[in-house]
Amino acid sequence: MPTHPDLTHLTAAQMADGLAAGEFTSVELTQAHLDRIAALNPVLNAFLQVDTEGALATAADVDARRAAGEDLPRLAGVPIAVKDIACTQGIPTTAGSRTLEGWVPPYDATVVTRLKEAGLPILGKTNMDEFAMGSSTEHSAYGPTRNPWDLDRIPGGSGGGSSAAVAAFLAPLAIGSDTGGSIRQPGAVTGTVGAKPTYGGVSRYGVIALASSLDQIGPCARTITDAALLHEVIGGHDPMDSTSIDAPVPPVLEAAANRDLTGTRVGIVKELTGEGYQAGVQARFDESVELLRQAGAEIVEVSCPHFQYAMAAYYLILPSEASSNLARFDAMRYGLRVSPEGVEAPSAEQVMGASRDAGFGDEVKRRIILGTYALSSGYYDAYYGQAQKVRTLIARDFEAAFEQADVLISPTAPTTAFRIGDKMEDPMAMYLNDIATIPANLAGIPGLSLPSGVTDEDGLPVGIQILAPATQDQRMYAVGGALEALLAEQWGGTGSVLDRAPDVTTGVSAGAVSEEAK
Amino acid sequence: MSTHTESMEVEDVVAYDEALTRFDPVLGLEVHVELNTATKMFCGCATGFGADPNTQVCPVCLGLPGALPVVNATAVESAIRIGLALNCQIADWCRFARKNYFYPDMPKNFQTSQYDEPIAFEGYLDVDLDDGTVFRVEIERAHMEEDTGKSTHIGGSTGRIHGAEFSLVDFNRAGIPLIEIVTKPITGAGERAPEVARAYVSALRDLLKALDVSDVKMEQGNVRCDANVSLRARVGDDPSAEEQLAVPLGTRTETKNVNSLRSVERAVRYEICRHAAVLDSGSSILQETRHWHEDTGVTTSGRPKSDADDYRYFPEPDLVPVAPTRERVEELRATLPEPPAERRKRLQSDWGYSDLEMRDVLNAGAIEVIEETVAAGATPAAARKWWMGDLARRANDAGTAVTELGVTPAHIAELDGLVRAGRLNDSMARQVMEGVLAGEGGPTQVVDARGLELVQDDGALEAAVDKVIAANPDVADKIRDGKVQAAGALIGQVMKEMRGQADAAKARELILGKLT
Ligand SMILES: [Zn+2]
Repeated sequence: MPTHPDLTHLTAAQMADGLAAGEFTSVELTQAHLDRIAALNPVLNAFLQVDTEGALATAADVDARRAAGEDLPRLAGVPIAVKDIACTQGIPTTAGSRTLEGWVPPYDATVVTRLKEAGLPILGKTNMDEFAMGSSTEHSAYGPTRNPWDLDRIPGGSGGGSSAAVAAFLAPLAIGSDTGGSIRQPGAVTGTVGAKPTYGGVSRYGVIALASSLDQIGPCARTITDAALLHEVIGGHDPMDSTSIDAPVPPVLEAAANRDLTGTRVGIVKELTGEGYQAGVQARFDESVELLRQAGAEIVEVSCPHFQYAMAAYYLILPSEASSNLARFDAMRYGLRVSPEGVEAPSAEQVMGASRDAGFGDEVKRRIILGTYALSSGYYDAYYGQAQKVRTLIARDFEAAFEQADVLISPTAPTTAFRIGDKMEDPMAMYLNDIATIPANLAGIPGLSLPSGVTDEDGLPVGIQILAPATQDQRMYAVGGALEALLAEQWGGTGSVLDRAPDVTTGVSAGAVSEEAK
Repeated sequence: MSTHTESMEVEDVVAYDEALTRFDPVLGLEVHVELNTATKMFCGCATGFGADPNTQVCPVCLGLPGALPVVNATAVESAIRIGLALNCQIADWCRFARKNYFYPDMPKNFQTSQYDEPIAFEGYLDVDLDDGTVFRVEIERAHMEEDTGKSTHIGGSTGRIHGAEFSLVDFNRAGIPLIEIVTKPITGAGERAPEVARAYVSALRDLLKALDVSDVKMEQGNVRCDANVSLRARVGDDPSAEEQLAVPLGTRTETKNVNSLRSVERAVRYEICRHAAVLDSGSSILQETRHWHEDTGVTTSGRPKSDADDYRYFPEPDLVPVAPTRERVEELRATLPEPPAERRKRLQSDWGYSDLEMRDVLNAGAIEVIEETVAAGATPAAARKWWMGDLARRANDAGTAVTELGVTPAHIAELDGLVRAGRLNDSMARQVMEGVLAGEGGPTQVVDARGLELVQDDGALEAAVDKVIAANPDVADKIRDGKVQAAGALIGQVMKEMRGQADAAKARELILGKLT
């Protein structure tokens, strides 16, 4: 059977159905994606590693098992991209850092094991801000990833590689990690779906830690249903992660099929709208609210007064934990090793210092210094201690808000994708990208971002964030699924906001990357 | 890691007795105990001693990117049992914390430990001193943590990292469960401070052994002691007097890794003498860690340590809190063995040993074998006589343990039974023991095989007595004159006539009956 020219543009659910029906094979499907990666990745830089051989081997194995009549998991044979933060046995894993250049893990992260068990061919590893510190993927040691909507713009971060890959049809699905918005914000600015499960909903074992109490692994996809399909593959208890929830995965796939919003109480978080949000972002958000209202949802306004301290608390807790988590990158057992210049017979301590200096980028160093300071004796109570108290207050704000609403909504990010280089000199401006996504990480609750259209002013996509109480992930999928259907009806076509994205293949052939952005 | 150069110069000391005339020593002991769990604290790796380097490792204990810890439930239970045995309170809820510092043998560059929420706190251990008094050592806390890897520094003269050409690290030890037991300041010991330090570590070792939570081999590093010593001015003659206890503590030094009971005592004693010399000279003590040198019997300066040492502790976010239920704690309490000190008192009383006899038994480590021998039916006196006498000497000569000689508690009980039944006298019993030691079988078998049996025929004995009296008229006269002790010479000859197989007591009875 010839390779279908548009195989890459199917949803993951359609791919699964097509494979099950024998319309095409996993090898054909996987090869179509590998071909597209080969053509577009040189410009997009979404993948840091492409595992052609491994992906095709898995695809062939799934095809053989299917041909033998084996009962396979739903997503078996549907290829996937994995953020370079998850350890993959035999495939280099760098976390976007120079310090891990060429490091090949001897083990798989649990999330990777689950993908393998479910028969998903792993296409490769996607680009990210170094150690997931950033909102633009510009902090990758391996160059920025470009937004398929506009190659001069950022794809969000830290998981810009995963979201760009999904948006550009290089992969139907991808694994992301979200510490303060690293799945949701890239989803918003690339016109894709990104979901952060409840803290502990997906095992963190084998995923290189940024901030242990905030990190969560989740799905990147083009539809709510696709995200739910992947969520069910990767979710669930893992004895190797003490913080993973020992309970069944919430019924997210079933919820994603929901189209009924009658009586659903949807809370607008007052503190996460209005001032500071780009006009087009606010306009698309207001339209979605109106759609929800018309569909029978009860719209309420809730207030979360302590959210104003969320950013400050986050930028104490994250660097504190990161400063400790990143201490292991000392050149003693693995990773980049550099000898200090001009020192004869350097000590281990000097080698550690020189290697960390050479291996870490500026943003990583900035946060290590911040965190080391915040944990220092005499400052601990004033910084880390206070931040933990704020965290409790934010969790209480959410609890109160969820008394009034089944889900909470806000724009996912305050602006559309900005231009590469625009915010590199201004960390605070960069940090503000995550103002709406950070509270969910501090409280451990689930959140997802769904495309809600493009702005009038720049034609770039925006996202709406849907938050649910801890362990009630299905609620955000239920509202997300219904809203997605309402928006699709309004937009027509395939129903995807990606219909309105420029054809990235044309852009590439026309050499659309401006000199300035290179 | 430090680049501080070690001072190897020998420092001045003051004679111990003289130091004690002016200063009151205060101790603080931190003992690290390696648990004997089958697996490590936070991963499933084996913990066996002596495996090839880096063969008992995994992503977790190597600190590979992405790896996460999972608490060893058995280690937590051991920690709780240790806490209970030390009369501590057990936390309802406590967390692990990260102790952050860089060192090449620490895979994550932080140690997963406990900080301000230890699993056990506020306890005590009663320690027996040589003079029979009991000294109570207050326990501040016992907390759980993981061991580091083990570095071997190659090249350089000191065997330490400074000056080494390169270093090898074995991570088999990394992640082995440790319990750190910290005393409160030990005051009031006065001149007995070094003895208290040794006795405390010894008592703790006995306790851990009885709990079966550690192999307690100090030479393998299962039990490692850090000894903190400080001096303050002595006021009056009673180290426990209110006015003495009110004197503020002096600056302390911490002597690391003192790894035998004898060294603990010597190191504390040395530091007292050294501190006294420093203080006498008008200088002040530098707060620092020090290294103990077994060979020369001195400590040398290690690394300056101050309250400014900042490990940036914070609660370990990769682990959930430990919250043992009260029911579980009580279940564990029910598994505690009799405290060694109480057990010793009970056994000494049951056995009727003098303090001196009991101390010898304890020092010889013979308490268990004697207990088994008594349980098998021997009298406590006979059990002690055999195990502490002939057999101890033989074991010592052979350089082996007394329990390795091939003689069992049941053998001793059997032999003692034969003596008490009048079938063997002491010298015959020793011959029987020779046979047992030679592998000729149990005591009864040896008796049969060697034909060793006391002659029970009074006629033969009486004939021998008469013969000996007749042959020694001078001695017989002395006895008749009241010099009863002279009978010994005649008894010896009677025994010779009987070729040893006679009851000496009966022979004496007959001799005295005939002559007095
Ligand atoms: Zn291990």
